[in-house]
Amino acid sequence: MFDFDYSFFLEVLVGGLLSGVMYSLVAIGFVLIYKTSGVLNFAQGAMLLFAALTFVSLVERGVPFPLAFIATFVVMAVLGMAIERVVLRPLVNKPPITLFMATLGLSYVIEGAAQLVWGTQVHGLDLGVDDTPFEVSGILISKFDLFAAAIAATMVAFLTAFFRYTRIGLAFRAVADDQFAAFAVGLRLPRIWAIVWTAAGAVALVAGLLWGARLGVQFSLSLVVLKALPVLVLGGFDSILGAIVGGLLIGASEKLAEVYIGPFFGGGIESWFAYVVALVFLLIRPAGLFGQKLVERA
Amino acid sequence: MSTAVVDRPASSPWRIPAWAGPVAVLAIAYGVLPFLGGSYIFEAILTPFLALSLAAVGLNLLTGYAGQLSLGTAAFMAVGAFAAYNFNLRIHGLPLIVSIALAGFSAAAIGIAFGLPSLRLRGFYLAVSTLAAQFFVQWALTKFGWFSNNNPSGVIDAPALAIFGISFDGPVGRYLFALTIVVALTAFAYRLANTQTGHNFIAVRDNELAAKVIGVPVLKTKLLAFAISSFMIGVAGALWAFAYLRTVEPAGFNLDRSFEILFIIIIGGLASIRGAFFGAALIVVFPLILSRVGSFLLGGLFDSGVLDMSQRIVLGALIIVFLIAEPDGLVALWDRLTKGFLRSGEATRKS
Repeated sequence: MFDFDYSFFLEVLVGGLLSGVMYSLVAIGFVLIYKTSGVLNFAQGAMLLFAALTFVSLVERGVPFPLAFIATFVVMAVLGMAIERVVLRPLVNKPPITLFMATLGLSYVIEGAAQLVWGTQVHGLDLGVDDTPFEVSGILISKFDLFAAAIAATMVAFLTAFFRYTRIGLAFRAVADDQFAAFAVGLRLPRIWAIVWTAAGAVALVAGLLWGARLGVQFSLSLVVLKALPVLVLGGFDSILGAIVGGLLIGASEKLAEVYIGPFFGGGIESWFAYVVALVFLLIRPAGLFGQKLVERA
Repeated sequence: MSTAVVDRPASSPWRIPAWAGPVAVLAIAYGVLPFLGGSYIFEAILTPFLALSLAAVGLNLLTGYAGQLSLGTAAFMAVGAFAAYNFNLRIHGLPLIVSIALAGFSAAAIGIAFGLPSLRLRGFYLAVSTLAAQFFVQWALTKFGWFSNNNPSGVIDAPALAIFGISFDGPVGRYLFALTIVVALTAFAYRLANTQTGHNFIAVRDNELAAKVIGVPVLKTKLLAFAISSFMIGVAGALWAFAYLRTVEPAGFNLDRSFEILFIIIIGGLASIRGAFFGAALIVVFPLILSRVGSFLLGGLFDSGVLDMSQRIVLGALIIVFLIAEPDGLVALWDRLTKGFLRSGEATRKS
């Protein structure tokens, strides 16, 4: 411990930050839905699995890459609209916790359906970017991680522009700001929710492909939702910026803890360390980094 | 208690006293069931049903009554199971029932520790923080061999069940053992729900600020809810390990188990003790029915993989349907059904 290896430290830090980007990708899908409808969508992980599984199965059946992407997007859009119609609309004005439990049920349905339709075996997914590390001034960085970070940055830029410069984006912001006021000025909430769920489905598709390429497309993909939750708690449920910063913080601290603290506990602490970081942080600042002050819901 | 019969005149010959239901259930559970059926019913249905019911009663006190959503139920079950195992193993001559009680208190202590965030957090933030309990406990039980007496795969074996020299071996014995503990704790939960403490739980759930204003000690009430709930869940975990499975590993208490208990109270009915039993019955029986019906309809196509997936789908759909159509759960359905039945009986008598 006394001769501290800085380049090793940096390598762990960078690796952690980049894996944090992967967490942020999942967390952004949550934020989109939470912002506009106040629902913590536990089914985001299941949607991610569903998207990745559909895409891989299409590609394996000889559908060309771009076509499969578009087809999966259409499927996710239909799924999003169906969820709005069947699950959310009847539950309008119910307490947030009820809606959360409904998405818990929803995640069971989607996971079951995805694997019933496409089978339970593990699929490999090759996005054409190999996971080889290369060296930047003595630090090894994974090419795939950089690629994922670039995709994430593009997606965030796209979402930001969408929220800021389009009419639908404006409507989203209005609904996020004050649902009743938005409703009163004539915004059609069900349609907006359907679009939001479609957008979350698109985010799930992108995240699903990246995670699928990393872990293989299989059931455990839906468990990345558990990695995203501490990120959300840290960043605040309703802030995209929070999801990104939270993801980076969790990713970095998790990797650093695994390397520097883990050995004292016999390793394997990454299963809960993120939650402890998020909890300790929450005790100091209950609304998260960028969350709105009001957490009185439920 | 009186609300159930309030819409019927006291002089009606059809009036059923409030204690008749529980007494009838107990009479059947103790007097009829043990003499019926083979060991399969006890091993595969009744004993797991009892353990899950007790866990659901515990969670219902916390989530249904006190309004604190917890996703870490299985962790507290695991604490109970492993604590009971260790008390029994390491303190010689300690009666089994004392080990189980101490296990409950251990779970309560852990429950208070993980309930501390509830003092500052609400709603989703709290639900997510209870996940910390889920992952931490499972990690600790797998990581430190001491908990499972250094069994290489972390498996614990149940001791022989005996209280005051009476042995509870065999499927029926284990069922009676679980039944007695569940009945005692359920009676306690019923009583609790009707005391000032129980009313405090509800006050905190419905409006924390108002509860504080009228003098309910909010912080104390929340921690008490976590403690009592975890105690029951811990005992349920010990029953799950000792009376039902006989050998358990930490992975048996995973997140899916936590969700299962949560689903039980949603389906059965939030803030209803009876609901926990209704929900548990459905959760235990429905996979059996589904596999029968599935293999009858689809024959060979319905293998265990398909069964697994269709089970997930049906369970998830059930949750959504109940939340939408019957938020008060099976209990509300049952009450409406029995009330309608009694009323139609009355009508036919008059006509």
